[in-house]
Amino acid sequence: MIKSALNGLIGLLSGIGHRMIARTWRLGAGARLFFLTLMYSGESFRRFHLTLREVYFTGVMSLLIIIVSAFFVGMVLALQGYNTLQKYGSSEAIGVLVALALVRELGPVVTALLFAGRAGTAITAEIGLMKTTEQLSAMEMMAVNPIARVVAPRFWAGVIAMPILAALFSMVGILGGYLVAVPLIGVDDGAFWSQMQANVDVRDDVINGVIKSLVFGVACTMIALFEGFDAPPTAEGVSHATTRTVVISSLTVLGLDFVLTSFMLVV
Amino acid sequence: MDRIKIDLWVGIFVALGVAALLGLAMKVGNLTSSKIGDTYKVTAAFENIGGLKPNAPVKSAGVLVGRVADIGFDSKAYEAVVTIKIDKRYAFPKDTFANIYTAGLLGEQYVGLEAGGDEDVLQEGDKITQTQDAVVLEKMISQFLYNKASEPNNDSKASDEKAGKEPAATSTELGDAPF
Amino acid sequence: MSANIVEIDNVSFGYNGRMLHKGINMSFPKGKVVAIMGGSGSGKTTLLRLIGGQIKPSKGEVRVDGAVVHEQDREGVYQLRRKMGMLFQHGALFTDLSAFDNVAFPMRELTNLPESMIRDLVLLKLNAVGLRGAHKLMPTELSGGMARRVALARAIALDPCIVMYDEPFAGLDPISMGVICDLIRTLNDALGATSIVVSHDVKETFLIADYVYFVANGEVAAEGTPHDLMQSTLPFVHQFVHGEVDGPVPFHYPATDYRSQLLNYTDTAI
Repeated sequence: MIKSALNGLIGLLSGIGHRMIARTWRLGAGARLFFLTLMYSGESFRRFHLTLREVYFTGVMSLLIIIVSAFFVGMVLALQGYNTLQKYGSSEAIGVLVALALVRELGPVVTALLFAGRAGTAITAEIGLMKTTEQLSAMEMMAVNPIARVVAPRFWAGVIAMPILAALFSMVGILGGYLVAVPLIGVDDGAFWSQMQANVDVRDDVINGVIKSLVFGVACTMIALFEGFDAPPTAEGVSHATTRTVVISSLTVLGLDFVLTSFMLVV
Repeated sequence: MDRIKIDLWVGIFVALGVAALLGLAMKVGNLTSSKIGDTYKVTAAFENIGGLKPNAPVKSAGVLVGRVADIGFDSKAYEAVVTIKIDKRYAFPKDTFANIYTAGLLGEQYVGLEAGGDEDVLQEGDKITQTQDAVVLEKMISQFLYNKASEPNNDSKASDEKAGKEPAATSTELGDAPF
Repeated sequence: MSANIVEIDNVSFGYNGRMLHKGINMSFPKGKVVAIMGGSGSGKTTLLRLIGGQIKPSKGEVRVDGAVVHEQDREGVYQLRRKMGMLFQHGALFTDLSAFDNVAFPMRELTNLPESMIRDLVLLKLNAVGLRGAHKLMPTELSGGMARRVALARAIALDPCIVMYDEPFAGLDPISMGVICDLIRTLNDALGATSIVVSHDVKETFLIADYVYFVANGEVAAEGTPHDLMQSTLPFVHQFVHGEVDGPVPFHYPATDYRSQLLNYTDTAI
């Protein structure tokens, strides 16, 4: 009895240990891929149209989901904000509320989450399948470096696309909030914008938002690339890798957001 | 998908992004409204600055004339030392009065300047001597309740006695408040 | 010595302590079609990867054109690979590129040829495999045999002196098989290249190969011309060439005694 309980405990502990080692290994392998990507970026920059092609697939193709989501997020923010603010008689502050919430947090974070679901999964599945069908191997045998030819253009495309998408998200969201607040609820048009301008700081809010989305761009794209590159070459392996991309990207974005926000608010 | 079409779409995408960023900076942010050119710095000591923060507006007659550059603490006089930068286009007399006001009932706090009558003007590094502290809401409310309680009516003697002594002290404190 | 463009010298290789190859010696003379045969899982494809420098041998060395592959740095390996072309088992065409762009890929990546010349060269290579008319098709629109031929055109795009074929006949209908078979021989002679064919299809391989190596249990079990091997009395070669079910290569994967395993109810690890 005691012996079996002990065996169970040992099994549990060794299971945790194995998982820890595997996670740590993945972190190291991911970091290695990141540095290799930076190292071979020069080769891919010389043929920038490859990166532009990927900007098209990750950025332009995500426009629709970003714009539609931003519009609704902005409208809901305005509705909820008005509901609370009018109790304190300061419904003009609705513009500030919508703008600050979007520019500081929701713009970068929600964009990154949507990006992980829309573009990140596509990247993982594509690279996983390229590996499964030996396309990466074929490339290597042709003396073409897959990191320079496949990974680096996708990485830079993600880093370029993310801040643009986040800025669009914030802007469209504010317009959505404006539509609800001014024509629908009847908040004064001038107060809406002037209160916003008085309280949104370009450096503290707008630039910090862009910095956040840049960091999220690096993280999300790198996670998607690594999961694709690391996927076992089977149908099951690729599908698991795609799921992991979404889960790990989302958690990483939320965790990084807390770290970045605390840095930005303290400094 | 051929390259020209992709390039076109990516071009549109980047243009949209730049437009959104410019919109955020100009229309949403304070890039256009916070344009303060060359400034000069003066300091002012307050006993209590309330919730005043760096970069808060400095206004005179309701017009933005500068911003709060820095807030420090003088450990000898136990006072807050607020450094404000004022646009060089605006000159203020030496005996200018500095107040800390609140925008609205619960809004942010800002520094208000009321010009005096002196002929000399404030220079870089000067100190504004006449200041008015921030109004602390809790203090105000307790004062109000206190005054209310001390209004002469047919209450018990104890409250009358107390009311008779205290109001003098409180009224001086509140007397020259700007409301 | 100098007549051999690829030499495998006493090579051992294994994963996690399990040795796949135990001291293999092979040589591939210039201009010949040499086949490596063996059952599934005997490490034939791994030999191609060793030649291509994608993996390093645990012991021994592989020499390509006189250079030891595993002693090269990245740039050196890439230089060697430019002399090689490889046809993968399922073609490994880039699915986001058309047949034309697939064949053009190595030219665009590795040379500075002008686009007009690349166009002529690609059409030339596609014509050689009989698919010039299909140059606009995407890989998903090609049949298995056609995809294999496009991949072959891509493998010979830069006129390599070594062409490696990984299971070129697997999963093809008899006609496509015959076409590929024919192409391997004619392209080899036209390019003056050396071909290394990894396969387990006896009939087609014996038809085109000049020399055949049999790999079994991590060793070279037999070697010789197809004619010699057909006559071979070695039990393994006999079993393989004639496709017999049981022989030196057992039908059963190694297992414990069947009777005792069935009777042993507590053995839950089945």
